[in-house]
Amino acid sequence: MISGCDWVVMSPSGDIAAQQADLIIWATVLMLIIVVPVIALTLLFAWRYRASNKKATYQPDWDHSTHLELVIWAAPLAIIIALGAMTWVSTHQLDPYRPLDRVDEGKPVPAGVEPLVVEVVAMDWKWLFFYPEYDVAAVNELAAPLDRPIKFKITATTMMNSFFIPALAGQIYAMGGMETQLHAVINEEGVYDGFSANYSGAGFNGMRFKFHGKTDEGFAQWLDTVKSQGTELSRTAYKELEKPSQYDPVRYFNTVMPGLYDAILNRCVDPGTLCMKDMMGGHSGHQDHSQHEADHYAH
Amino acid sequence: MSHPTATAATKNGDLEFFVRGDHHAPNGTLLGFWLYLMSDCLIFAALFATYGVLSQSFAGGPTGADLFDLPLVAINTAFLLLSSITYGFALLQMQQNKLQGTLLWLALTGLLGTAFLSVELYEFYHLIHQGAGPQRSAFLTAFFALVGTHGLHVTIGVIWLVTLLLQLSKHGLTLTNRRRVFCLSMFWHFLDVIWIGVFTFVYLMGSMS
Amino acid sequence: MSDTFDLGKMIFGRLSLEAIPYHDPIIVATFAMVAIGGVALLVAITRAKLWGYLWTEWFTSIDHKRIGVMYMILGIVMMLRGFADAIMMRIQQAIAFGDSMGYLPPDHYDQIFTAHGVIMIFFVAMPFVVGIMNYIVPLQIGARDVAFPFLNNFSFWMTASGAILVMMSLFVGEFAKSGWLAYPPLTGILQSPGVGVDYYIWALQIAGVGTLLSGVNFVVTIVKMRAPGMSMMKMPVFTWTALCTNVLIVAAFPVLTAVLAMLSMDRYLDTNFFTNDLGGNAMMYVNLIWIWGHPEVYILILPLFGVFSEIVATYSGKRLFGYSSMVYATVVITILSYLVWLHHFFTMGSGATVNSFFGITTMIISIPTGAKVFNWLFTMYRGRIKFDVPMLWTVGFMVTFVIGGMTGVLLAVPSADFVLHNSLFLIAHFHNVIIGGVVFGVFAAIAYWYPKVTGYKLDPFWGKMTFWFWIIGFYLAFMPLYVLGLMGVTRRMSHFDDPSLQIWFQIALVGAVLIGIGIICFLLQFYFSYRKRDQLRDETGDPWDGRTLEWSTTSPPPQYNFAFTPRVHDNDAWWQMKANGVKRPQDGFLPIHMPKNTAAGVVIAGISTVLGFTLIWHMWLPAALSLVALILATIVHTFNYDRDYHIPADEVARIETQASEVKA
Repeated sequence: MISGCDWVVMSPSGDIAAQQADLIIWATVLMLIIVVPVIALTLLFAWRYRASNKKATYQPDWDHSTHLELVIWAAPLAIIIALGAMTWVSTHQLDPYRPLDRVDEGKPVPAGVEPLVVEVVAMDWKWLFFYPEYDVAAVNELAAPLDRPIKFKITATTMMNSFFIPALAGQIYAMGGMETQLHAVINEEGVYDGFSANYSGAGFNGMRFKFHGKTDEGFAQWLDTVKSQGTELSRTAYKELEKPSQYDPVRYFNTVMPGLYDAILNRCVDPGTLCMKDMMGGHSGHQDHSQHEADHYAH
Repeated sequence: MSHPTATAATKNGDLEFFVRGDHHAPNGTLLGFWLYLMSDCLIFAALFATYGVLSQSFAGGPTGADLFDLPLVAINTAFLLLSSITYGFALLQMQQNKLQGTLLWLALTGLLGTAFLSVELYEFYHLIHQGAGPQRSAFLTAFFALVGTHGLHVTIGVIWLVTLLLQLSKHGLTLTNRRRVFCLSMFWHFLDVIWIGVFTFVYLMGSMS
Repeated sequence: MSDTFDLGKMIFGRLSLEAIPYHDPIIVATFAMVAIGGVALLVAITRAKLWGYLWTEWFTSIDHKRIGVMYMILGIVMMLRGFADAIMMRIQQAIAFGDSMGYLPPDHYDQIFTAHGVIMIFFVAMPFVVGIMNYIVPLQIGARDVAFPFLNNFSFWMTASGAILVMMSLFVGEFAKSGWLAYPPLTGILQSPGVGVDYYIWALQIAGVGTLLSGVNFVVTIVKMRAPGMSMMKMPVFTWTALCTNVLIVAAFPVLTAVLAMLSMDRYLDTNFFTNDLGGNAMMYVNLIWIWGHPEVYILILPLFGVFSEIVATYSGKRLFGYSSMVYATVVITILSYLVWLHHFFTMGSGATVNSFFGITTMIISIPTGAKVFNWLFTMYRGRIKFDVPMLWTVGFMVTFVIGGMTGVLLAVPSADFVLHNSLFLIAHFHNVIIGGVVFGVFAAIAYWYPKVTGYKLDPFWGKMTFWFWIIGFYLAFMPLYVLGLMGVTRRMSHFDDPSLQIWFQIALVGAVLIGIGIICFLLQFYFSYRKRDQLRDETGDPWDGRTLEWSTTSPPPQYNFAFTPRVHDNDAWWQMKANGVKRPQDGFLPIHMPKNTAAGVVIAGISTVLGFTLIWHMWLPAALSLVALILATIVHTFNYDRDYHIPADEVARIETQASEVKA
């Protein structure tokens, strides 16, 4: 039962999540250097200086020692300096906005390989994934080929959600009218859990999907299935899909209305609505809103 | 002051451990009120920050440059600044123990405050009438919230001022009433300072962009 | 807006019989229990003819000690409600696997976890912390009351008013289904049209006014009213932590007020602060609420750090090790608590540099906190430690808190937080520090100062039972949640598919049950101690051989605390007095100037409750009336100039002689 493979966060299948797991271990070890002695000393002092132990030294007025004070402040400081350095480096290294430079330990991204772009929309209460490269889309199912970098572009229709596949990489929020990004790669074939990690109301519990890590052939087959079983994702079909629903089954779309993701992001799917990115331009010469947001919050 | 039981058996010589006279802690009302004002200042800080974030979110609607009537706001600013000066005169009168003069200057302050509020209400009415109400865009939401919160404070200030006028005429320049006049004066000047921020950051900078 | 003026709608708003959830058996049963209990209590009070006594001696009292006790009672009552929510969640999560959906529909479950968080933070932890400060701070600094006694009473009733609104939401309407911080856009009017979020907003707004005023009150009290000779660096550590906490309250609560006001504008006036459309920005809400929210957790923990400092010195029979380093650590934590709020949402995509900055500032807080732990440790070193109940809690705290601190620092590493955020690991972490720190500290404080409040000690047997059930229950309930977090389980779920998780939730349920037994022991402790009060009585006023001024007066202290204001020459003022053989003077009493009781606090807070309720239900006419009534009542109160009186010298002499006779 306590087998390691249940602890998906500690034994993931994607390179990014694996580095995050290593970081957790290193940070914990570093902190245990100070935590273990503190707990041991607490119990030791509590036992040794109990009132009934008359043999122990009793110094009721001893309340200061410059040497000890120095150690007391310096020891945590030293640990935090080490941890701080680790934080600075790892935060930049594993920044979800940073395109990958390797697909696994010791395996740089091969020249000429472009990341697979997946556009993610958190809806009430299901996930919609666009594959612009292949002009297909799917609800509540995601697949990616092994060892190819994936670039997720993430937004939401209304509620704030968090896009999280523990086996693949850390999570990032999905917010309406805004785009966040996540770069990751999957290294092992398998079916993994994905879900919203941020409570988003009534249907939150069912906002789960399966993420398939597939070989190139497997991925091609999956795309074929999507194409053959899918229907058209037109504006009307999207408006239908947009209505709140819970525990939605997997659905495939074999053609997608051009620019739909962009329209969702800019909140102008309905014909005649002004897109957010155009709202600023006309009136007083300000830059594109969504771009502005992205610049402001992303970098 | 020294008392046999109080200093009994002191090893350290003549340490005293009790105050044998009447002990009164200093009054903390002015400090307390100042602390309250600082906390109020943080409410405005949050509103200013919000306005800063939302000030360009016009959502296709009107901008500050389209809406603001600077001469009107300048007159209004003059009302409020003048009211701070008249409040200062009221304090001077109080210092000379002149109740009538204090009342007079305070009343004048109240009138200027009311004039300020009337102009502000006219401005709001005019904006809403034009379709530029707080629902139109996030920019207007933040504008109405910031300016409106300041206006609400001035309204409370005027109500307080009227109450204080009654209390002064009833009880005169007692210690308690003097303290209240001082507290209201801090409140009033504080609102002036906030307004200078509003005028600069909202109206002047908004009209320029 | 309907075209015709509908009087019924103006008076009753959206309130109708439909609002009473009589079709939900769980709520009806709860209501029946509360109703029977409540009626029984009311009948008992009436039959004992206690209403007059309660009204004149307690409800309208401006005595900081009485108000402190009322805060503690409020905290205990609300803890029972908050714990009931907790155990309901634990049961649901332990059984809702696979085909079983559990016994709580998501709609109900979502209200429960929201209510649990809101109640435990605002109406349990805050009343406890404010209650302890209320009782102890004036005594520790040798003052006769707080700086603004009326405001103190008013603050209490505003807090109680917020609690009443939360309790009402259980039986009239619903509570928010939003999580304890009510993030928009989920809490916007489009997504949450019901009254739940409005209950949340008005309960917190009203209680927040009370907390803010209480913060102002205590800062002024500590700054202005210390006994002569007590310089800042001679203040007891608990008073120092109380000062820092109240500075934080004054500096943080206005932001909560502002952000909730903006949310209510979005809900009531259709404005666009946090909406998705028309330029609104929900991320601003998240930033603002955490600019309040992070200091808030230090508001809760700092005073308990102070409590542990007092206790560890007293029961080790030693001066506190490193007093000045303790003070500096507290001040550093106070300042840093403002520079870390973004660590609650690294996953919003702020960029690596911003995230690292907030991650590292968070870690830096662990340096002064670590220094504090070492200072407690070296206070125990070469001491003579008596393991009375408060000291047990302290050792339990030290061991538990460092574990919670460690997982906290881990969560402050942004890249690690990306996989642990919003998971049960996070839940385990903050319960680890809040139970291990705040709750243990409150129980330690109750056991430590109870004899001061009542004149007799608490029965140690029941105290030890409480301790052992709580600490074992805590580890069983929350260690599995760390594991579940590492298994990728997220928070706020009411149902699971993976059966391999179930065993961990079942262990957690056992832990929660043990904590429940701990709470029962805690309550029984009051009953049995009261029965054995003659055996447990302390007539010295100083049962633990204490070090600070609160132990220099009688237990319970007279309403004026000290017949003669003490003069202070040392950090451990009372310890030094004892070392010098000082006795309380027995003659030369003077009349003592005291504030008068007033009903204004109860009245104004009562009107605020009505105002809140009418606004929640959109009952515009009654709301307008109660707003006018609120303003008028406040103005009328300012016309009351007769606020104090003198206790005559011979009355003081009588009370003091009586106290000495009891002692002899």
